[in-house]
Amino acid sequence: MNTAYQIVVCGSIVPDPLQTLEPVTGPAGPALKNEMMLPAVLDPWASHALYEAANFAKHSAGSKVWLVSLGPKAKLQQVMMTVAQKVPFELIALDGPASGFTDAAEVAALLTEAIQSIPGLDKAKLLVFGGWESASRGAGATMQIVGERLGILDQFQGVDELKLNPDGSLEILERIEGGKHQVSRCVSPPALLGWATGNLPEPKNNPQVGMVNMRTAMPALQKAKPVKLAGESLTFKSVSLPKQLRETKIVKDKSADDIAREIVEWIRK
Amino acid sequence: METILLLAHTEPDGTLAKSAFEILGAATSLNSSLAGSKIIAGLVGETVQSAADSIAKCGAVKFLGVAGADFAPSRYASDAAAAEAICRAANASLILAPATARWNRVLPAVAQRLGGHADTHITGIEASNGSISVNRWYYRQRMEASLQRKGRPWFILLEPGSQPAWGGERAPAKMETINVNLPETCKRTTVVGLREPTADAQTIRPDADLLLVAGAGWTKKQADGQPHVKEAEKLILGCLKLARASLGSSKSLVDLSGEGQATLSFLTHLNQIGQTGSTPRHAKGLATCCHGEEPHTVGWRFVNERRAINLDPGCGWARGKADVLYVADAFTVVAKVNELLAEKPAA
Repeated sequence: MNTAYQIVVCGSIVPDPLQTLEPVTGPAGPALKNEMMLPAVLDPWASHALYEAANFAKHSAGSKVWLVSLGPKAKLQQVMMTVAQKVPFELIALDGPASGFTDAAEVAALLTEAIQSIPGLDKAKLLVFGGWESASRGAGATMQIVGERLGILDQFQGVDELKLNPDGSLEILERIEGGKHQVSRCVSPPALLGWATGNLPEPKNNPQVGMVNMRTAMPALQKAKPVKLAGESLTFKSVSLPKQLRETKIVKDKSADDIAREIVEWIRK
Repeated sequence: METILLLAHTEPDGTLAKSAFEILGAATSLNSSLAGSKIIAGLVGETVQSAADSIAKCGAVKFLGVAGADFAPSRYASDAAAAEAICRAANASLILAPATARWNRVLPAVAQRLGGHADTHITGIEASNGSISVNRWYYRQRMEASLQRKGRPWFILLEPGSQPAWGGERAPAKMETINVNLPETCKRTTVVGLREPTADAQTIRPDADLLLVAGAGWTKKQADGQPHVKEAEKLILGCLKLARASLGSSKSLVDLSGEGQATLSFLTHLNQIGQTGSTPRHAKGLATCCHGEEPHTVGWRFVNERRAINLDPGCGWARGKADVLYVADAFTVVAKVNELLAEKPAA
């Protein structure tokens, strides 16, 4: 059974995980110090979702992948220079904040609107992908709200695997507690999948893919709709870095036997 | 005046998980801090009476349940319908629920359905002068925020292990059952089972006291110029078994397998802790052969007592993060630890 799927991946940008992050409070609420100066990357779990989407599309002839991304236009452009070289997709850009301190519900409303604006969107072919959490807000709530707004009643979170069965049904592995996976079977699209790590390595940069993608990505960035988030439902009392620097006792001159004995006593305590 | 709904799902045997009792602990504490508030318990599952009996004396004014075979599996559409029905029946302003995989999947969407708000991964909750504040972490546990919301209903999903559990005797609870007729559109997904490692190969144990963290150093060349991956596997698995510990690993070690390099055969991304992994809660953590500065160390932010074994005394993973850093060869020390753990403790 061959279906041409419409796969929409939601994914924003986050500061490079190796950067030092410091919260500051501005007139609009909390933000990161020098946020616009921090190098950004596509959110790690959204990246996995994008690679899985491209792989799924590759095996289903006629399928197409869109990437819907909300972030400051300049930063999105910077990140797309790299991401666009990985896998084929069409970008739908929204010019707005990518801060972790925004409300998931407001972000979800904007993403839903962007998805609904895709010409020829057919729910019978629709798979909505995204990261199950972001590395910024980390709420794990945005995708569910997007799905709810789109009327998608088959949703999966913490997905590590998606398989297409010969009868067209989808088999999905979701992470649950205790290092286990729940296996579910969904008859057909529409479905929403919030991806965890998946199984695919990061694709190598392919300049040819990059050139094709950038032909549509640059116009999409130029006409990116400016959006604002009201942020009225949420009040931050404080945002602070943890102050839990520990006094580390350095044990240098003990034998392995003595160290092992000390560790075992501690484990058994 | 708040109506606090404790929303929990039952386990396959009809009981409540520990995380549900923790949420009840938070709900009772909140109830005593908010004048005029009341608690309602809402339960979802194949059977709910036994679970209700186990919390009968929690002070809830009402016990609501959605039960039946349709509500046994952890499935978005049926869980959403059940949670929505209970929330509407309770007319709750605050909904407290454990942040389990099942509820995390569905409750933010139910909040949307009810025109409310949802905050997830909450690690603290308190009421002062009639206003409620919750705490949660941002940017992968790198900064903590305290926040409030005026809008209701407000869904608050609390992290398992973050609250003291409520304890009380069993008693018969008067359950009000809500009938939810599930349309066929809510049955398009079938849960066909669980996939889990065999008992011997299971290295993730959320209830373990000790988290053993294995870093990439285990796969590097040792003093003889050769890597000893098989020996490392044996030592780590031995320690996990003897100490009944859970295994966490650094991203670099998990990534090695994707890059085709020799690595520990039992490691998967599920073991990964830190920036793009989990931040498990354990009483103790022992890091071995781990290297790196913040942000890699966020993986053991919620581990109370931390010790590390590393050849580098200046290791950023341990300095300022661990209580004790043993400057030693992890291969030798873990082998000795396993020997000692295999012996019966002195009476």
